[in-house]
Amino acid sequence: MDVRVQEAAFDLGSEANAFVAKQSGMGAVVTFTGIVRDLDGARLSTMEIEHYPGMTQKALDTIANEAASRWNLGDILIIHRYGMLHPDDLIMMVATAARHRADAFQAAEFLMDFLKSRAPFWKKEVTEAGTDWVAARDEDEDALSRW
Amino acid sequence: MDVLYFAWVRERIGLPKERIDTPPATVMDLVNELRAREERYEAAFADLGALRVAVDQELSDFDAPLAGAREVAFFPPMTGG
Repeated sequence: MDVRVQEAAFDLGSEANAFVAKQSGMGAVVTFTGIVRDLDGARLSTMEIEHYPGMTQKALDTIANEAASRWNLGDILIIHRYGMLHPDDLIMMVATAARHRADAFQAAEFLMDFLKSRAPFWKKEVTEAGTDWVAARDEDEDALSRW
Repeated sequence: MDVLYFAWVRERIGLPKERIDTPPATVMDLVNELRAREERYEAAFADLGALRVAVDQELSDFDAPLAGAREVAFFPPMTGG
Protein backbone atom coordinates (compact mmCIF):
# COMPACT_ATOMS: atom_id res chain seq x y z
CA MET A 1 0.00 0.00 0.00
CA ASP A 2 1.34 3.40 -0.99
CA VAL A 3 -0.37 6.64 0.06
CA ARG A 4 1.22 9.95 -0.91
CA VAL A 5 0.16 13.53 -0.20
CA GLN A 6 2.33 15.87 -2.23
CA GLU A 7 2.55 19.29 -3.83
CA ALA A 8 4.54 18.08 -6.83
CA ALA A 9 2.98 16.94 -10.09
CA PHE A 10 3.01 13.21 -10.88
CA ASP A 11 3.23 11.31 -14.12
CA LEU A 12 0.16 9.11 -14.56
CA GLY A 13 1.81 6.75 -17.06
CA SER A 14 4.93 6.15 -14.96
CA GLU A 15 2.90 5.68 -11.78
CA ALA A 16 0.50 3.25 -13.45
CA ASN A 17 3.35 1.28 -15.03
CA ALA A 18 5.32 1.11 -11.80
CA PHE A 19 2.19 0.00 -9.92
CA VAL A 20 1.52 -2.79 -12.43
CA ALA A 21 5.18 -3.85 -12.45
CA LYS A 22 5.32 -4.50 -8.71
CA GLN A 23 2.26 -6.82 -8.66
CA SER A 24 2.39 -10.54 -9.08
CA GLY A 25 -0.56 -12.88 -9.58
CA MET A 26 -2.94 -9.94 -10.02
CA GLY A 27 -5.30 -10.23 -12.97
CA ALA A 28 -6.73 -6.70 -12.77
CA VAL A 29 -5.56 -3.15 -12.17
CA VAL A 30 -8.03 -0.24 -12.11
CA THR A 31 -6.87 3.38 -12.08
CA PHE A 32 -8.86 6.58 -11.61
CA THR A 33 -7.46 10.08 -12.18
CA GLY A 34 -8.99 13.40 -11.11
CA ILE A 35 -8.24 16.40 -13.33
CA VAL A 36 -8.78 20.15 -12.82
CA ARG A 37 -11.54 21.10 -15.26
CA ASP A 38 -12.41 24.54 -16.56
CA LEU A 39 -15.70 26.08 -15.41
CA ASP A 40 -18.74 26.78 -17.55
CA GLY A 41 -18.87 30.48 -18.29
CA ALA A 42 -16.03 31.72 -16.11
CA ARG A 43 -12.43 30.96 -16.98
CA LEU A 44 -10.67 29.18 -14.16
CA SER A 45 -7.15 30.46 -13.70
CA THR A 46 -6.12 28.54 -10.59
CA MET A 47 -7.42 25.87 -8.28
CA GLU A 48 -5.89 26.13 -4.83
CA ILE A 49 -6.07 22.95 -2.80
CA GLU A 50 -5.67 23.39 0.94
CA HIS A 51 -5.30 20.44 3.29
CA TYR A 52 -4.83 19.64 6.99
CA PRO A 53 -1.23 18.38 7.08
CA GLY A 54 -1.45 16.47 10.37
CA MET A 55 -4.67 14.70 9.47
CA THR A 56 -4.52 14.10 5.71
CA GLN A 57 -2.10 11.19 5.65
CA LYS A 58 -3.87 9.45 8.53
CA ALA A 59 -7.30 9.93 6.93
CA LEU A 60 -6.09 8.52 3.61
CA ASP A 61 -4.39 5.56 5.33
CA THR A 62 -7.62 4.80 7.19
CA ILE A 63 -9.65 4.87 3.96
CA ALA A 64 -7.10 2.64 2.19
CA ASN A 65 -7.04 0.16 5.09
CA GLU A 66 -10.82 0.02 5.08
CA ALA A 67 -10.81 -0.81 1.34
CA ALA A 68 -8.15 -3.48 1.90
CA SER A 69 -10.29 -5.11 4.58
CA ARG A 70 -13.45 -5.15 2.46
CA TRP A 71 -12.14 -6.44 -0.86
CA ASN A 72 -9.64 -9.04 -1.94
CA LEU A 73 -6.90 -6.70 -3.11
CA GLY A 74 -3.22 -7.14 -3.87
CA ASP A 75 -2.30 -3.47 -3.56
CA ILE A 76 -3.54 0.14 -3.37
CA LEU A 77 -1.96 3.38 -4.54
CA ILE A 78 -3.31 6.84 -3.65
CA ILE A 79 -1.61 10.07 -4.73
CA HIS A 80 -3.32 13.36 -3.83
CA ARG A 81 -1.84 16.78 -4.55
CA TYR A 82 -2.30 20.10 -2.76
CA GLY A 83 -1.20 23.66 -3.60
CA MET A 84 -1.74 25.71 -6.76
CA LEU A 85 -3.10 23.78 -9.73
CA HIS A 86 -4.32 24.87 -13.16
CA PRO A 87 -6.89 23.56 -15.66
CA ASP A 88 -5.92 20.13 -17.04
CA ASP A 89 -3.49 19.45 -14.18
CA LEU A 90 -3.84 16.06 -12.51
CA ILE A 91 -5.15 16.45 -8.95
CA MET A 92 -5.02 12.88 -7.74
CA MET A 93 -5.06 9.23 -8.70
CA VAL A 94 -5.98 5.91 -7.15
CA ALA A 95 -4.96 2.48 -8.39
CA THR A 96 -6.17 -0.89 -7.12
CA ALA A 97 -4.80 -4.31 -7.98
CA ALA A 98 -6.78 -7.52 -7.49
CA ARG A 99 -6.95 -11.05 -8.81
CA HIS A 100 -10.34 -10.26 -10.35
CA ARG A 101 -11.73 -7.06 -11.77
CA ALA A 102 -14.86 -6.73 -9.59
CA ASP A 103 -12.72 -6.23 -6.47
CA ALA A 104 -10.47 -3.72 -8.24
CA PHE A 105 -13.38 -1.67 -9.65
CA GLN A 106 -15.42 -1.63 -6.45
CA ALA A 107 -12.47 -0.78 -4.23
CA ALA A 108 -11.48 2.10 -6.56
CA GLU A 109 -15.04 3.50 -6.39
CA PHE A 110 -15.11 3.15 -2.62
CA LEU A 111 -11.75 4.96 -2.33
CA MET A 112 -13.02 7.80 -4.52
CA ASP A 113 -16.30 8.18 -2.62
CA PHE A 114 -14.46 8.44 0.69
CA LEU A 115 -11.68 10.67 -0.63
CA LYS A 116 -14.36 13.14 -1.77
CA SER A 117 -15.92 13.71 1.62
CA ARG A 118 -13.67 12.20 4.30
CA ALA A 119 -10.19 13.37 3.33
CA PRO A 120 -9.38 16.87 4.64
CA PHE A 121 -8.89 18.76 1.38
CA TRP A 122 -10.64 21.98 0.36
CA LYS A 123 -10.67 23.40 -3.17
CA LYS A 124 -10.79 27.08 -3.99
CA GLU A 125 -11.47 28.24 -7.54
CA VAL A 126 -9.89 31.47 -8.73
CA THR A 127 -11.51 33.07 -11.80
CA GLU A 128 -11.53 36.56 -13.34
CA ALA A 129 -14.72 37.17 -11.38
CA GLY A 130 -13.18 36.36 -8.00
CA THR A 131 -12.55 33.41 -5.72
CA ASP A 132 -14.94 30.72 -4.50
CA TRP A 133 -14.57 27.76 -2.16
CA VAL A 134 -15.97 24.69 -3.86
CA ALA A 135 -19.03 23.55 -1.88
CA ALA A 136 -19.45 19.90 -0.99
CA ARG A 137 -22.35 18.34 -2.87
CA ASP A 138 -25.13 16.40 -1.13
CA GLU A 139 -24.68 13.60 -3.70
CA ASP A 140 -21.11 13.12 -2.51
CA GLU A 141 -22.22 12.66 1.09
CA ASP A 142 -25.11 10.41 -0.02
CA ALA A 143 -22.68 8.27 -2.04
CA LEU A 144 -21.09 7.04 1.21
CA SER A 145 -24.30 5.36 2.36
CA ARG A 146 -24.16 2.73 -0.42
CA TRP A 147 -21.04 1.24 1.20
CA MET B 1 -4.81 23.16 23.30
CA ASP B 2 -4.41 24.29 19.69
CA VAL B 3 -7.45 25.37 17.69
CA LEU B 4 -7.03 25.21 13.91
CA TYR B 5 -9.17 26.70 11.14
CA PHE B 6 -9.22 25.73 7.48
CA ALA B 7 -10.63 27.07 4.19
CA TRP B 8 -13.32 29.77 4.56
CA VAL B 9 -13.43 29.30 8.34
CA ARG B 10 -9.77 30.36 8.44
CA GLU B 11 -10.48 33.29 6.11
CA ARG B 12 -13.49 34.47 8.11
CA ILE B 13 -11.71 34.31 11.45
CA GLY B 14 -8.52 35.68 9.95
CA LEU B 15 -6.01 33.24 11.39
CA PRO B 16 -5.02 29.61 10.86
CA LYS B 17 -4.31 28.63 14.44
CA GLU B 18 -4.50 29.83 18.02
CA ARG B 19 -3.90 28.53 21.53
CA ILE B 20 -6.54 28.09 24.22
CA ASP B 21 -5.04 27.71 27.67
CA THR B 22 -8.01 26.27 29.54
CA PRO B 23 -9.91 23.85 27.31
CA PRO B 24 -13.72 23.90 27.74
CA ALA B 25 -15.58 20.66 28.52
CA THR B 26 -16.93 19.98 25.02
CA VAL B 27 -16.52 21.14 21.43
CA MET B 28 -19.84 23.02 21.73
CA ASP B 29 -18.58 24.85 24.83
CA LEU B 30 -15.51 25.87 22.84
CA VAL B 31 -17.68 27.09 19.96
CA ASN B 32 -19.81 29.15 22.34
CA GLU B 33 -16.72 30.61 23.99
CA LEU B 34 -15.28 31.60 20.60
CA ARG B 35 -18.59 33.01 19.32
CA ALA B 36 -18.88 35.28 22.33
CA ARG B 37 -15.51 36.85 21.56
CA GLU B 38 -15.93 38.86 18.39
CA GLU B 39 -18.11 39.33 15.34
CA ARG B 40 -15.70 37.44 13.05
CA TYR B 41 -16.05 34.31 15.18
CA GLU B 42 -19.81 34.71 15.28
CA ALA B 43 -19.77 34.93 11.46
CA ALA B 44 -17.64 31.79 11.13
CA PHE B 45 -19.75 29.72 13.53
CA ALA B 46 -23.19 31.10 12.57
CA ASP B 47 -24.26 27.89 10.79
CA LEU B 48 -22.89 24.80 12.51
CA GLY B 49 -24.56 22.59 9.91
CA ALA B 50 -22.01 23.97 7.43
CA LEU B 51 -19.07 23.05 9.66
CA ARG B 52 -17.16 19.91 10.53
CA VAL B 53 -14.91 19.38 13.53
CA ALA B 54 -11.90 17.15 14.15
CA VAL B 55 -10.53 16.39 17.61
CA ASP B 56 -6.89 15.28 17.63
CA GLN B 57 -7.03 14.87 13.85
CA GLU B 58 -10.04 12.55 13.84
CA LEU B 59 -13.49 13.62 12.61
CA SER B 60 -15.71 14.20 15.61
CA ASP B 61 -18.98 15.77 16.78
CA PHE B 62 -19.92 19.05 18.40
CA ASP B 63 -20.94 17.28 21.60
CA ALA B 64 -17.58 15.49 21.92
CA PRO B 65 -15.68 16.02 25.19
CA LEU B 66 -12.37 17.87 25.07
CA ALA B 67 -10.70 16.41 28.17
CA GLY B 68 -7.12 15.58 27.23
CA ALA B 69 -7.50 16.87 23.64
CA ARG B 70 -4.44 18.56 22.18
CA GLU B 71 -5.87 19.82 18.91
CA VAL B 72 -9.31 20.84 17.65
CA ALA B 73 -9.91 21.85 14.04
CA PHE B 74 -12.93 23.51 12.41
CA PHE B 75 -13.54 23.42 8.67
CA PRO B 76 -16.24 23.22 5.99
CA PRO B 77 -17.28 19.85 4.52
CA MET B 78 -14.30 18.37 2.72
CA THR B 79 -13.92 18.44 -1.05
CA GLY B 80 -11.17 15.99 -1.90
CA GLY B 81 -10.76 13.81 -4.94
